[in-house]
Amino acid sequence: MDDVLEMKGIVKEYPGVKALKGVDFHLKRGEVHALVGENGAGKSTLMKILGGAEARDGGEIILEGRKVEIQDPHQAEKLGISIIYQEFNLIPFLSVAENIFLGREPRRGIFVDWRQLYANAKAVLDQLGLDIDLKAKVSGLSVAQQQMVEIAKAISVKSRIIVMDEPSATLTMHELERLFGLTRKLKEQGVGIIYISHRLEEIFEIADRVTVFRDGERISTREVRDVTKEYLIREMVGRELKDDYPKRNAVAGQELLRVEGLTRKGVLHEISFSLRKGEILGITGLVGAGRTELVRAIFGADPIDKGEIYLEGRKLRILSPQDAINSGLCLMTEDRKRQGLVLGMTVRENITIADLRGLSRAGFIHGVDERRIAGRFVRELNIKTPSVEQRVRNLSGGNQQKVVLAKWLFARSRVVIFDEPTRGIDVGAKQEIYRLMNDLAETGTGIIMISSELPEVLGMSDRILVMQEGRIRAELGGGEATQETIMRFATQALVQGG
Amino acid sequence: MDLKVETEMEQVGAGKPSGAGKGRIGALLNRLPQNYVILLVFVGICALFTIWTDGLFLQPDNIVNVLRQISINAVIATGLTFVIITAGIDLSVGSIVAIVGVFAAQLLVKIPSTFPVWGIIFLACLGGLALGALIGAFSGFTITRFRVPPFISTLAMWASARGLAFILCDGRPVWNLPIQFNYIGRGYIFEKLIGPWFPVPVLIMGIVMYTAHVILTRTTIGRYIYAIGGNEEASRLSGINVRRVKMFVYIFSGLMAALGGIILTSRLASGQPNAGQSYELYAIAASVVGGTSLAGGEGTIPGTLIGALIIGVLYNGMNLAGVESYSQNVIIGAIILGAVLLDQMKKRK
Repeated sequence: MDDVLEMKGIVKEYPGVKALKGVDFHLKRGEVHALVGENGAGKSTLMKILGGAEARDGGEIILEGRKVEIQDPHQAEKLGISIIYQEFNLIPFLSVAENIFLGREPRRGIFVDWRQLYANAKAVLDQLGLDIDLKAKVSGLSVAQQQMVEIAKAISVKSRIIVMDEPSATLTMHELERLFGLTRKLKEQGVGIIYISHRLEEIFEIADRVTVFRDGERISTREVRDVTKEYLIREMVGRELKDDYPKRNAVAGQELLRVEGLTRKGVLHEISFSLRKGEILGITGLVGAGRTELVRAIFGADPIDKGEIYLEGRKLRILSPQDAINSGLCLMTEDRKRQGLVLGMTVRENITIADLRGLSRAGFIHGVDERRIAGRFVRELNIKTPSVEQRVRNLSGGNQQKVVLAKWLFARSRVVIFDEPTRGIDVGAKQEIYRLMNDLAETGTGIIMISSELPEVLGMSDRILVMQEGRIRAELGGGEATQETIMRFATQALVQGG
Repeated sequence: MDLKVETEMEQVGAGKPSGAGKGRIGALLNRLPQNYVILLVFVGICALFTIWTDGLFLQPDNIVNVLRQISINAVIATGLTFVIITAGIDLSVGSIVAIVGVFAAQLLVKIPSTFPVWGIIFLACLGGLALGALIGAFSGFTITRFRVPPFISTLAMWASARGLAFILCDGRPVWNLPIQFNYIGRGYIFEKLIGPWFPVPVLIMGIVMYTAHVILTRTTIGRYIYAIGGNEEASRLSGINVRRVKMFVYIFSGLMAALGGIILTSRLASGQPNAGQSYELYAIAASVVGGTSLAGGEGTIPGTLIGALIIGVLYNGMNLAGVESYSQNVIIGAIILGAVLLDQMKKRK
């Protein structure tokens, strides 16, 4: 009886769709069990039921041989189930220690016993081998550190089961290693870990078993050492996917964009590079290397202290995103929900928002044209939505990303900057995004792609810039770049320093 | 392919079960329920008062009366709806009503009577509207340039503008306005032809609200107003000039408050520095009861009209039914809370 958790015949129905069609799932003590599947396959729904965030419509949950009812997240926590979501549940302006014991602070009378609180917090962090300042405010921590705090919080409630939902989405390779180290330590302590990720490489590194979900059903559960990546992908999509990174025929043309000596004090230092027509330029580096800051500066979203930007040899004056858009630049931000879309507005309204003036006369929007154009983009980009009047909030991640792309295509952008274009997007949709990028390049559009996923950078780019500490450390041609060379440049100073 | 569609269905299903039908009909169904519940509440209240007052409530002259009574609040609430959709707030409108009223009244009295009287009235109205727009612009400026939270900026203006209204007239109401000025607040359109059935303020309210509705639903700036309220950062990164749109809504709100102030001054036949007390709260109430979300991104002018009607009908009906005024306020409060609760419950489903 080494199953810590058994879920039997779990059913979940939403209006009009069966999200889980009687799913069985077992988790052993001290195992890392990966869940994979495309967005909407049912893995997140299953975890929400386990965590008490959603009520099930059928089936039963057995925890260490005992049947349990999980009504709400609080109860799940009491039963020793912790779920670490992609969006953390930390209070930014409280300290690390306060966050770990939020709601469970040791007390002396009505006052918080601070000494005890810090002692307890330190014990938890020591147990995990973490070196984080207990009194630091969470808002000042990196994403990776915040994740560690979440895990520490889970440990402090003596969790028997920890669910990590896409824990790696915002981590760099370096930070990922630490997460894996931590995961292994938890495993030794007998905690059962459910690990959800779209990055299959990670599963081979960390997981013991893997369960594939598709279409609300559990397709298979196998030992990781018995399967291959191709096998998993086939199981996930139910068909063979050819070519991770589709080939394309675009030939880089004349210089389109040139950046000279771009500087933002303390963030970016003398950045110069150029981009040709039809070229895909990859920019990579560790999180915090200044990649996002660089493209935001080019796009006019953040002010710059020095530097010039030329489009086809003509100097641009970019003081705001509005200026950049008028010049034909656009930015697909990494956080599409907060920066790319107005979630409460419709597909139609989101597609036309960046060039509404092109659709209007004397300030009046031409409604017929607008619907026609939105409909055209929905068809061309294969956006899955019941209608153009659907609110974007109700679309899946991949389709939301396509809506953002449609917005910039409608604005007739000549330089498209993608910041982590495939983060949190499932395998099938990723391929579509790659294909769209290639199509764009073929029309002569210049593409800048920021990505932390090295296979993606290597597979898609014609040239690669490696950034580190706000500087460009290397420019690598398609042929000479490998994961090793990139990582060497990306961690240059770190290696030298340590 | 089958799988893909299913995948999407789950995403859609996970959201609210909206009337996600096909194309335009779907769009219509999606829109309708927004004001649907509140419209039912309104009809219910009207029915209740009709029974309670033995049909007195539904008498044509009472309906005209209600419409005239709500016109000032509806005009002010129209401006406020714009502001609230951008996720802002304007607390200064009641004080703008007062200062504009005093200012316009003084212009009426002080412009030398060598001018034709209609000319004087025109200039006084223009001056009042300009002052309202200017005050709105000042609030907008502090909000957009110095990032003062709208609540604070307009709260400051709420205090200052009220004080200035008293200073402007030494605390004494301005009387003896030209008799023709009364037409704006008390007159009727085509009175000689059709009798006293179509009050001028109701006409003003109609024109203002129709125009505002067209701006919100059909123009680029209207779209930007919703976009900014829905997601300000995404709007900025989509090239919308957020500052300019925000300036516009605060100026518009000031302008609407000024118009309300002019109508009120005409109704009272005097410029009163203590006029318009708590008007900001009635306007917010009308807007919110009508479905405008204080979190921004949502709201309509027809909704605001229904909101203003509900509040107006409640006061009118309770008066007719002989409810004393202390209880009236308690009931109004309960209705405001109830209407918004109902809306929230509908949304959660």
